[in-house]
Amino acid sequence: MNVIVCVKQIPDPAMPGELNSSTNTLKREGKLILDESDSYGVEMALQLVAAAGEGEVSLVSMAPNNEVSGMRTALAMGASKGILVSDPSLQGSDALTTAKVLAAAIGRLGGADLIIAATESSDGYTGTVPEQVAEVLGLPSVTFAKHVVVEGGALKVNRQTEEGYDEVTCPLPAVISVTAGVVEPRYPSFKGIMAAKSKPLETVTAADLGVTPVGWEGAGQTISNVTKAEARAAGEIIEDDGEGYAKIVAFLENLKVI
Amino acid sequence: MDFDLSPEHEAFRKVVRDFAESEIAPHAAQWDEDHTFPLETVKAMGDLGLFGLVFPAEWGGGDGDFASLCIAIEEIGRVDQSMGITLSAGVGLGANPIFRFGTEDQKQRWLPDLVAGRALGAFGLTEPDAGSDAGATRTRARRVGDNWVIDGTKVFITNSGTPITSIITVTARTDDGISTFVVEAGTPGLTIETPYRKLGWHASDTHGVILDNCSVPDHHILGASGSGFRNFLSILDDGRIAISALALGCARACLGSAIAYAKERNAFGGPIGRNQGIAFALADLEVAVENAANLTYKAAWLKDQGRPFTHAAAIAKLYSTEAAVTATRVATQVFGGSGFIEANPIARFYRDAKILEIGEGTSEIQRIVIARGLGLPVS
Ligand SMILES: Cc1cc2nc3c(=O)[nH]c(=O)nc-3n(C[C@H](O)[C@H](O)[C@H](O)COP(=O)(O)OP(=O)(O)OC[C@H]3O[C@@H](n4cnc5c(N)ncnc54)[C@H](O)[C@@H]3O)c2cc1C
Repeated sequence: MNVIVCVKQIPDPAMPGELNSSTNTLKREGKLILDESDSYGVEMALQLVAAAGEGEVSLVSMAPNNEVSGMRTALAMGASKGILVSDPSLQGSDALTTAKVLAAAIGRLGGADLIIAATESSDGYTGTVPEQVAEVLGLPSVTFAKHVVVEGGALKVNRQTEEGYDEVTCPLPAVISVTAGVVEPRYPSFKGIMAAKSKPLETVTAADLGVTPVGWEGAGQTISNVTKAEARAAGEIIEDDGEGYAKIVAFLENLKVI
Repeated sequence: MDFDLSPEHEAFRKVVRDFAESEIAPHAAQWDEDHTFPLETVKAMGDLGLFGLVFPAEWGGGDGDFASLCIAIEEIGRVDQSMGITLSAGVGLGANPIFRFGTEDQKQRWLPDLVAGRALGAFGLTEPDAGSDAGATRTRARRVGDNWVIDGTKVFITNSGTPITSIITVTARTDDGISTFVVEAGTPGLTIETPYRKLGWHASDTHGVILDNCSVPDHHILGASGSGFRNFLSILDDGRIAISALALGCARACLGSAIAYAKERNAFGGPIGRNQGIAFALADLEVAVENAANLTYKAAWLKDQGRPFTHAAAIAKLYSTEAAVTATRVATQVFGGSGFIEANPIARFYRDAKILEIGEGTSEIQRIVIARGLGLPVS
């Protein structure tokens, strides 16, 4: 079983992010790291391939400045190879263009039995790319997968919903988006890190993939304004004077949750 | 000329830091308070490949260099010195003697589990009357038929009584000098005493070990008979670089938290860090940490280059461990009263640091090694 994981490389969330004032987009010039959201997809892919007993995990990523640090992390975890799409003309690309680019990169890898993405990235949060990739590739898509197995050539997914989960069966190949926390991503070992150094990573441009127009030119959106999110009001602190539980019960009853 | 670690080393540092911060740091205070040896966490360190880093892949190791081991010990030690020494001793005193001096059969038997971190080895050199002067070893091994029968007492032996301790390598006097023997856990005549109550390193496992008519087969002798003294000196050389890395982790932890506190703690109408008395102490600490890092990684580099490093290891161990003790004292001072309270990790580092100046050769012994390297006839 071959699995391709779409991995985003993002500015380290531990560092304060900065917006480019002319375009209202996130500055992504420095070193980028593997989006933690994607580490779940990588782990799930590795587990599915291990369970199948054959096949490999490949990666596709789109990032500026030929950045591969985050992809190397995923290779160190155990992925086998990857394609990076990096091209100054891609700057300003919207979610749909990104999906077209990733779909073309997936095509260049020859497709796979399963394509995995995170439900949303930790820096952009559009949360639409996986379904767009599926649509561009003409594949079925299952979102919010929290448990995934392959049985008899079909995909069985427990799909997170607000009330619980749906059990979905779907033919392969397919595209799924996985939610954070569904598996415990492994720590890359030193051996894995050293091996990742020599694993094949191909860097291509949008033109190499035949995707045009891209960047601002291809974008169906402009970002006209960015405003600060309103600070959340501080919660209510109940000092426990021995009757604290009663106040909490009253509070929850008031919300009609109990 | 190049002072950079490779990008792979840096990536590895980040992995170990993530691991240390999420799997160790949240529990370190509790383990310390309860004197718990956290078996599952030690096994997780094994799963991460830390115990096998420097050993070849054929033994299940990571094919890594000594610098990578220093990175791991430094990063683990930055959050928990007990887990740092557990790693350092497990690799340096447990697996390394078998790897360096073991026969093919001995390696087959003991090395894979030690390398994987499924088992821990201990090294019993110190005795009640032989510490710095390890040549004064009184433990004896005598030939009885095809076996060696060992009698003696070892003290302060790290990792000797954990649930996964597989072997204790001990030095003992034989007719031709000092020899080294591998004693498997559970061997009749081997007694592991109840753990010490220590000033620090509470989560590290330390016991006295008694060998009473303890019989091991002939093939448990490690290295040539009579070569024990030379061999353990060379084992300690490696270990000193590792202890230097552990001390560096301690000093870095102190510096980092003291800087943060000096910026946020206000007294007399402003942050305490605006007083030169505080700021200069932290500036001096920064210098010490920088020096300790350079000495540690230079010694590791010399070793990795296959060059002589005994002198460099002694310098690194001496400097870094004294810097660590200073760092805990200065950081506690910066924290004031709250640095004396056990809820603050600085209090734990303060207790943990002192042993660094003692174990694997005291500061005085390092000065002797360094002075001898200068050609001085110091005794
Ligand atoms: C927590 C812990 C873990 C340990 N783990 C291990 C282990 O796993 N395996 C093991 O074999 N040992 C272990 N040790 C023992 C440790 O290595 C010894 O304690 C150390 O080598 C010092 O020996 P000593 O305690 O006998 O002190 P001594 O040798 O008696 O020294 C006492 C003092 O005299 C000084 N001194 C001695 N000789 C000279 C000299 N010629 N010139 C100047 N000063 C001198 C020393 O520096 C020291 O200050 C451990 C100890 C502790 C506390």
